[in-house]
Amino acid sequence: MTYKYFPHTSEDISSMLGKCGLKSLEDLYQDIPQELVLNRDYDLPEAMSEVEVRKMFDELGQYNAQLKCFIGAGVYDHYCPSVINAILSRSEFLTSYTPYQAEISQGTLQYIFEYQSMMATLTGMEVSNASMYDGCTATAEAMMMAVANAKKRNKVLISDTMSPIVTRVVETYAKFHGIVVEHIAAVDGVTSRQDFEQKVSQGDVAGVIVAAPNFYGIVEDYTGWADLCHANKALFIMNCNASALGVIKTPGEWGADVAVGDGQSLGIPMCFGGPYVGYLCTSKKLIRKMPGRIVGATKDLDGKRTFVLTLQAREQHIRREKATSNICSNQSLMALYVTIYMSLMGKQGLKDVNALSYSNAHYLADKLSKLDKFELAYPDKPFLHEFAVKYKGDDIDYLQEAMLEAGIQFGLKLDNETLLLCATETLTKDEIDDAITICEGVQNLKSDDIID
Amino acid sequence: MSKIVEGLYYSESHEYVKVEGNVGFIGITDYAQHELGNVVYVDMPEVDDEVSQGEEFGAVESVKAASDLMSPVSGTVVEVNEALEDEPGLINKDAFENWIIKVEISDASELDNLMTAEAYKAFIGE
Amino acid sequence: MNSVYYGKLIFELSKEGRCGYSLPKNELAQYKLEDMPQNLMRQEAPALPQVDELTVVRHYTNMSNNNFGVDTGFYPLGSCTMKYNPKINEEMCNHHAFTRLHPLQNESTVQGALEVYYNLQNSLAEISGLSEFTLNPFAGAHGELTGLMVMKSYHLSRNDAKRTKVIIPDSAHGTNPASAAVCGFDVVVVKSRPDGTVDVEDLRPLLDDTIAGMMMTNPNTLGIFEHNIAEIAKLVHEAGGLMYYDGANLNPMLGMCRPGDLGFDIMHINLHKTFSTPHGGGGPGSGPVGVRAGLEQFLPNPRVVADEENMRYTVECKDTALGAVSGFLGNFGVIMRAYSYILTLGKENLRMVGPLATLNANYIKECLKDCYELPIEGVCKHEFVFDGLKDKSTEVTTLDVAKRLLDYGFHAPTIYFPLLFHQALMIEPTENESKETLDGFIEVMRTIAKEASETPELVKTAPHNTPVRRLDDTLAALKPVVTYAELAAGIQ
Repeated sequence: MTYKYFPHTSEDISSMLGKCGLKSLEDLYQDIPQELVLNRDYDLPEAMSEVEVRKMFDELGQYNAQLKCFIGAGVYDHYCPSVINAILSRSEFLTSYTPYQAEISQGTLQYIFEYQSMMATLTGMEVSNASMYDGCTATAEAMMMAVANAKKRNKVLISDTMSPIVTRVVETYAKFHGIVVEHIAAVDGVTSRQDFEQKVSQGDVAGVIVAAPNFYGIVEDYTGWADLCHANKALFIMNCNASALGVIKTPGEWGADVAVGDGQSLGIPMCFGGPYVGYLCTSKKLIRKMPGRIVGATKDLDGKRTFVLTLQAREQHIRREKATSNICSNQSLMALYVTIYMSLMGKQGLKDVNALSYSNAHYLADKLSKLDKFELAYPDKPFLHEFAVKYKGDDIDYLQEAMLEAGIQFGLKLDNETLLLCATETLTKDEIDDAITICEGVQNLKSDDIID
Repeated sequence: MSKIVEGLYYSESHEYVKVEGNVGFIGITDYAQHELGNVVYVDMPEVDDEVSQGEEFGAVESVKAASDLMSPVSGTVVEVNEALEDEPGLINKDAFENWIIKVEISDASELDNLMTAEAYKAFIGE
Repeated sequence: MNSVYYGKLIFELSKEGRCGYSLPKNELAQYKLEDMPQNLMRQEAPALPQVDELTVVRHYTNMSNNNFGVDTGFYPLGSCTMKYNPKINEEMCNHHAFTRLHPLQNESTVQGALEVYYNLQNSLAEISGLSEFTLNPFAGAHGELTGLMVMKSYHLSRNDAKRTKVIIPDSAHGTNPASAAVCGFDVVVVKSRPDGTVDVEDLRPLLDDTIAGMMMTNPNTLGIFEHNIAEIAKLVHEAGGLMYYDGANLNPMLGMCRPGDLGFDIMHINLHKTFSTPHGGGGPGSGPVGVRAGLEQFLPNPRVVADEENMRYTVECKDTALGAVSGFLGNFGVIMRAYSYILTLGKENLRMVGPLATLNANYIKECLKDCYELPIEGVCKHEFVFDGLKDKSTEVTTLDVAKRLLDYGFHAPTIYFPLLFHQALMIEPTENESKETLDGFIEVMRTIAKEASETPELVKTAPHNTPVRRLDDTLAALKPVVTYAELAAGIQ
């Protein structure tokens, strides 16, 4: 018996068993009732060599297609600098665990500290953790934070302009945690201020959750919202596109209490939906209500500036059922993607990415709105790189199919006449022009002309 | 050996209340501060909040532990010890001198549910 | 890892005017970001560093040199299963045909990815003896929460709303009760017997029609197999509850025992433990949840199903599902690695994982029990707990022993957990470590025990050879400084 991941020789095994006073490996399981022991091999394939494993994934990969990405809806095809993967593959980062032993984990602790600092300045908030799985669960955690903070209230408002993908997760957590979620109506692509005012003024709301930009890509005006929340003792929670925060008004500037969202847009590959990192930033006042792990600066015995996990007493491993959250890990490695990305990009790079995406998306929107069968769903509303478009042609599915034929994922279908489109800096003008040409060709086809 | 002050009332969750007229000064015992270690944060209620006997009104946090504060009496908070906001370690220096909240007691008969100094001493096994 | 402290922050390397990126030229510059309404835009750019590419590369490389990973050395962190993270898994998860897939792109263009997901679901079902899995939960704790949601959905589907309590052993990890609380359950604690296993007599009176279920690990957090498991499961089932298996300790069961066969109804698996995906400094993990037949309909949306007639995979959302716990199909990159691991080991090597991990743990235990206090005798599984040094006269604590181990180039075991023992030192070696590595560790542990008696100060002031020395935890918690802005302002 030799295998590349098992170093023991048969002599090793017998001498180690001897030390334990045992004769066979089976003896190690003598305490388990025999009827509970599995007496057969797993019904699984036999071991593959590396050659075979590579072939297997190559073959599976052939059933995927890399498309030109005109789709966003929470996951964005942004540029991922080559430096990131090179650093990420360093096993000192990759194969370590939560930095419990700070003396041999300063690498992890330092980059988390950098991440916290970057996310704080990006969101305009005071503190950040690095512990959320993704933007959806981060939003759910923020909701639970609001309810814990309000003590006796268990109602949360969420805008109907929030991504339904996020809302679905928030509502699942709410259902099981015993939180009532009420929706604030959307009117003409933005959250109804009137509905918000009416609902928050009931005085039984723990938190209000809105999006920036919202699901339809629109950058909404939240002037006065935080004040109204605070006057009614509710927390104001903003779910924001992380990359867009390089240019749009920050949760800090809007007066939000908690900023959440997904960090994927900051250098993390789309990778079919994960792994990503959720961010959750808040004020110093609420730091003890914040879920997850936090790294703080301190000194070692020699007075050197060092970093350590801090405020651990509020966490699940100490507080058990009284903890504010059951989160126990850091999403460290994914936070490292974001940290390196922001180090490379800096404030100018983030602005450039947004400017390029803005140009591409607005060009696409402009060209489409000049076609007969296309019109912007919310033509008066400001957007960055994502927008909804109405298609008046006969068959929206055929349009998307025709695009697929050309290697294009042309947006997300919201209903039978609406597409949510997105263009980032990774698309070129030529690629956008190609898509527009297909739109021109397809828009005048009648259903009868379309043969599947 | 922990310090225990005569004349105070003690709870099983290691809070004390010192009664002066209808006002009670509530804090944690010396035994409790010793068990917790260096206190780094005290989560306190606000003035005018209502507290009830046996119910949580805040928490004390050390580096490695956190413990809920249970009110030994019911009443209304009339003052919180703001000095603890800047220097929570005062509790380690003298837990009895550094009370956490001052409460207007609403039901003095509840004091009968608490332990005397002597009973508390036996309770903590000293 | 080196012993020289690097210690700089990227902000301290910043210089106005430097940049570390290149982007395409804007061919459409007539569409200007500046045209956005100014009241919706941020007034001041974020205070991010400005650095060139090489500076960034060196900075993070130097930083990594102050870190210890499984590839650096032995990492016997109990309850964390720090096994070797095979390189082929990394290569496969970075496969170009998978990394650029958008999670919402047309189903017909992601059939390969869906097949990986589907095959791993089925492999895990076979390994655990359960019916179906979801791979959506992002981590162990997230799996626990999802599994408990399944439990609650099951009772609610039977209009049995009075089942509000979950039973958890006092030896359990803190995440169990925290997950139960997040899921809206009350926690009832069942006591352990002196041998560390659940006290069935203490359990009996807790069981009534308000019990939703019971959470357990097996082997438990002490590395002891709960030999009464069949009886426990029977009692809980008779009371109408479900059995939840926390997969934290699944590694020693590989090849030997399946949770489904032990009477468990719902479980989660930590792919980052048992299935070798890297811990990444704390994450990303992955916490697939499996259920026995009859509970499948409650698993969270979205679900991957095979349409065998048309030879394709589809993504479905079911009305009976508990809801959604993730935006998409979980941490797909981690799923890729775990699938690569299962393919690489195959059935003949997977079945050896449990026995070899268990052998290594027992070997260390037997070689050290004369100098460290072993509270529970007998065969352990993949891990075991010492209650500090045998010689209690030295005042050298478990923390001191852990710190001294760092000086000798080993990661420390898990310390002060489980809470049943005051000086807990929890050791888990995994199946990948050679006898030479284990003997080296044993020798060092014996040396430290000797030092504790002869030169206790040396141990109490350890570590001495690491990049930094012991840190001031109290200062960090008393005046939390958690961003560079605060640090630069000299708040501490």
